[in-house]
Amino acid sequence: MKSWRRKGRVLTLVAVFVVIAVIGCTKPAVAPGHLAEQEKSGKEAGGSLIMATTTSTENSGLLTFLLPKFKEDTGIDVKVVAVGTGQALKLGEDGEADVLLVHAKSAEEDFVKAGHGLERFDVMYNDFVLIGPEEDPLQIKELAGRDIAAAFQRIYEEKGKFLSRGDDSGTHKAELKLWKEINVEPAGDWYFSVGRGMGEVIQMSDEVRGYSLSDRATYLSMRDKLDLDILVEGDSKLFNQYGVIAVNPNKNDKINKEGAQAFIEWILSEKGQNLIAEFGKVQYGQSLFIPNANK
Amino acid sequence: MIGVNQVSQMWLGLKQALNLLFSLDQEVYKIIMLSLSVSLTATFISSIIGAPLGIFIGIKNFPFKRILVRLLYTMMSIPPVIAGLVVFLIISRKGPFGYLGLVYTPAAMIIAQSCLITPIIMGIVYNGTKERGSLIKALGKTLGASSGQAMLLLIRELRTNILSAVVTGYGRAVSEVGAVMIVGGNIKGHTRVMTTTIAMLQSMGDYSTAIAIGIVLLGISFLINSILYHFQQGA
Repeated sequence: MKSWRRKGRVLTLVAVFVVIAVIGCTKPAVAPGHLAEQEKSGKEAGGSLIMATTTSTENSGLLTFLLPKFKEDTGIDVKVVAVGTGQALKLGEDGEADVLLVHAKSAEEDFVKAGHGLERFDVMYNDFVLIGPEEDPLQIKELAGRDIAAAFQRIYEEKGKFLSRGDDSGTHKAELKLWKEINVEPAGDWYFSVGRGMGEVIQMSDEVRGYSLSDRATYLSMRDKLDLDILVEGDSKLFNQYGVIAVNPNKNDKINKEGAQAFIEWILSEKGQNLIAEFGKVQYGQSLFIPNANK
Repeated sequence: MIGVNQVSQMWLGLKQALNLLFSLDQEVYKIIMLSLSVSLTATFISSIIGAPLGIFIGIKNFPFKRILVRLLYTMMSIPPVIAGLVVFLIISRKGPFGYLGLVYTPAAMIIAQSCLITPIIMGIVYNGTKERGSLIKALGKTLGASSGQAMLLLIRELRTNILSAVVTGYGRAVSEVGAVMIVGGNIKGHTRVMTTTIAMLQSMGDYSTAIAIGIVLLGISFLINSILYHFQQGA
């Protein structure tokens, strides 16, 4: 009797697990490949689009602001994969994404030249800023003013803590270019190569009281939680152009070519461009991205 | 097309793994050594704390033991990111132990991994002790052993179980990425270990090098497990 009851209990438990497993598997938790297939069939209703973009557009909240409005207009649901520019381009190259929104102009032009993308369009720009501890131990703000090269020179000479993205992202590339301009090979105890996203690097700079190069949008979106200030801004060398590219639909038959085209047209249109300019004005009192499509 | 491409990435990874190992690249060795020293230290600390406590819970009866055991089992499946986050909040600049300046150091990584695997070692040792502990202890008593001798006998008889607890703990420590990423920060040359390197390379789209480091990680685990297995068999 007793063993029967125990067996019954074990059986119930097993049955519960099986049911949970079956439910878990049959719900739309399907592999990305299947997802794309489902999207094809549901395209009449707008379908969905996979966008590979940089962490800065995602972290700043720009996409969260723009994409619902894009969906309203076109019915297309955009799935965002936010990674570094390096990986975003790689995802496009592998045909894992339909459209790219990234900021490394020369790498993007190479991408199109190599036949991975159809055409590249300027969308908007934002700018980089040098951020650092509000106590500013190296007095960068006073001594360098608007001159980013002078600021980098001073950090290098005084061996101030500097945190680098170190992840081959657009921001990392921009930073390396600045070091190169003053003929400095950044390495040593003072230079922390972190290999992570912008949000994490800003957070770490706050923690170790170090300097870092950030895009304005990500910094502003985190500002309230930080004891970091903008120390250098407005230098033309800190300009950061974003481009949009449709991935070459010949990569594979799952690429949503029409969706990519619709997105590009929308973001370059007057409405898309105005929305970009509007973003951030309420919360930060300034535009985070300045639209500059020349269509 | 894509399928072929991704598989060739893995082959490239295998080739690159061998290259990495034999090219004597300073940076790679530094990463491997840091991984090993952090995880082995954490395993050592966790074993010293976890194994005796596991035995103690296994052979002693006390109030609230059942709820404690359930808590212990829950702690065994704590996600590394949560362990990392809690340790981070405690040692960060604004945290209660911020003045120690531990954040983004190997020491912080050891603390986080120890928090993660102490319950695992404790839980596995408890399980082994629960099944055979009182029997072995009673046997010792009938043979006229003092309680100290009985304890020694217990540890000797449970050594296989304790070793497998240690191996499991080490395996979990060396393979986790969430906790060390948060408290260590993946700083090149300071706190970059194998798993954080893999995560970083993946995010940079450098899949083949990521696979290469993964293969190195598995190779080292194989080596360490072989050594411990040898102990287990020899005992």
